[in-house]
Amino acid sequence: MFIDTLLIGLSSGAIYSLMALALVLVWRSTRVINFAQSGQAVLSTYIGYEISLATHNYWISLPLAIAVGALIGSLVDLLFMRLLAKRGTTGPIAEIAPVIATLGLLGLIQSVIGLIWGNAFLQYSSPLSAKGFTFGTHTIPFSPQNFFIVISASVVLGIFGFVFRFTNLGLALRAASFQPEIAQLSGIRVNLVRNIGWAFAGAAGAVAGAVITPTSTLSPHSLDLLFVSGFIAAVIGGLDSLIGAVVGGLVLGVGFAFILQYISSALTFLVGFIILMFVLLVRPRGIFGERVNRNA
Amino acid sequence: MLKRKLSPLARALLLLIVGAVLLVLSGYVDELRTYQGAQVAVYLVAIASIILLTGYSGQISLGHGAIMAIGGYGAALSYGLWHFPLLLALIFGAFAGTLAGFVLGVAAARLSGPYLAGSTLALAVGLPSVADQFKVLGGEQGLSFDIGDAPNWLRNFEGEGFTQYKWFFWIAIIIALFTLWAITNLLQSSYGRNWRASRNNAVAASLAGINVARGKIFAFTVSSALASLAGALFAMLLGIVTPTAFPLTLSFTIMTGAVLAGVGNLAGSIVGAVVLVAIPELSGALATHLGSSEKITSNLPGLVTSALLIIVVLFMPQGLRIRNVRSGKTTQ
Repeated sequence: MFIDTLLIGLSSGAIYSLMALALVLVWRSTRVINFAQSGQAVLSTYIGYEISLATHNYWISLPLAIAVGALIGSLVDLLFMRLLAKRGTTGPIAEIAPVIATLGLLGLIQSVIGLIWGNAFLQYSSPLSAKGFTFGTHTIPFSPQNFFIVISASVVLGIFGFVFRFTNLGLALRAASFQPEIAQLSGIRVNLVRNIGWAFAGAAGAVAGAVITPTSTLSPHSLDLLFVSGFIAAVIGGLDSLIGAVVGGLVLGVGFAFILQYISSALTFLVGFIILMFVLLVRPRGIFGERVNRNA
Repeated sequence: MLKRKLSPLARALLLLIVGAVLLVLSGYVDELRTYQGAQVAVYLVAIASIILLTGYSGQISLGHGAIMAIGGYGAALSYGLWHFPLLLALIFGAFAGTLAGFVLGVAAARLSGPYLAGSTLALAVGLPSVADQFKVLGGEQGLSFDIGDAPNWLRNFEGEGFTQYKWFFWIAIIIALFTLWAITNLLQSSYGRNWRASRNNAVAASLAGINVARGKIFAFTVSSALASLAGALFAMLLGIVTPTAFPLTLSFTIMTGAVLAGVGNLAGSIVGAVVLVAIPELSGALATHLGSSEKITSNLPGLVTSALLIIVVLFMPQGLRIRNVRSGKTTQ
């Protein structure tokens, strides 16, 4: 029982990590919490769904959905966030302008999806079985699809980790988010690099959407709770840290699984809130967040 | 703004006159409009809570829908189970929310920006499910909060046409105007001044002897009091409180209202509240015009709201105002 719960927790934790990673990538480069992330992810999943309908093949739709997700991320930055930054909002609204703008974008994407596909629950299915593995007489609640979720999340996290640590692009991404002006002076095209960060984030969200949706259904709001979990995970980990996003996601996933198993399904998010509050009261910038000095 | 120069007493008189005019007018419009008027009043209080918190104290909350739920449940519980008189039940709801807001505010004062947004978001998603856990809160079915008709003396005085919706309207509008009066006074007192100072430059404010953290906690508490009062009134209009009556979107809706109002502008909350009530109505009319298929009717209001939100943030950060009448002294 304990192992089962742990496996389920890891599988959902992997998805939370992907969502948290998408948020962290954007936060690091643009200092914006991208509330539209769940809308972007669900839009790319809808496109994956259409492709899978046309080709009858999940394995063709998956990479295309991810590419579309990257494209959407890049377009959101180009068409929307740059405009927001250029408007240089001041006054009392400045505190919440990015939040409001991305929430508005989320609503826009979701209602456009609703206008095109309707609000019905669609089935985006994968060839992998959603039935748990069976050992002898014991069937565990961990299915091949769950296994695939963990694998694909690990692959994405591995690729991102590699790019960030060992490539010039990763160095540019880190420099552009750490000190944009100095990075610019060192010859890094900060706007381009920032755009690539948005594309990566969009791709990460698209992976999360495309691998999790076969375990349930697809609707304009089907990824909203995943987004909330991802956000909580990112905050627990410290918004600036990629490792923090992964750790936060796994902590939250395993925590939720145990609450679900041993306490009550209704209380998961409340317990999530309590975990979050506990972490933030001990470390107001998350587990892996950087400490800031007083006048920052 | 002209209102700023008025003394508290003059403002009170002005609001009394406005209130009296509105109450008399309520006798001349149909039922639906009266109900919508009551909705405007409720949104007014909710938006004022966000304006106070974000516009003046510089904090952000995505969880005010949850605070409203606490107010609604508090009022319904005390009215239905403990048979409190109506006014006392509404006050009890506000009191419960205030208490919760104080606890949250203590935590919130340590957090900034996205960390605070994340925590309050988690609260907004998590809290409604608590109602399922306790029998006394009615589970999925929720609690009834039926205040019935107006007392007899009022109906005798106003005549037979004094319906329940009119009674709602009277209660909501009187409370909303009183709240508006109280907040304006508060914002012009030293508390309001300290909030603005702390928001603009926390270090300078604390050097000037202002206790920034305490001010933030106080702002969160007052804001929660307003939000839960709005929640209690909201529940009264619905006649019932259920876990689903206070969804995450409610938090976003009132924030939308605050943005439309111009976040630093209390008087604008009237505009914000009217627009929030008008959007479903207008987009409903537009949907009928476009041949009301299910896809259009269920998604057009969201589309209109989101588009409006984006336009306001990008192009009218001062909110929906004809021109900027304020000298800027209070908003900077």
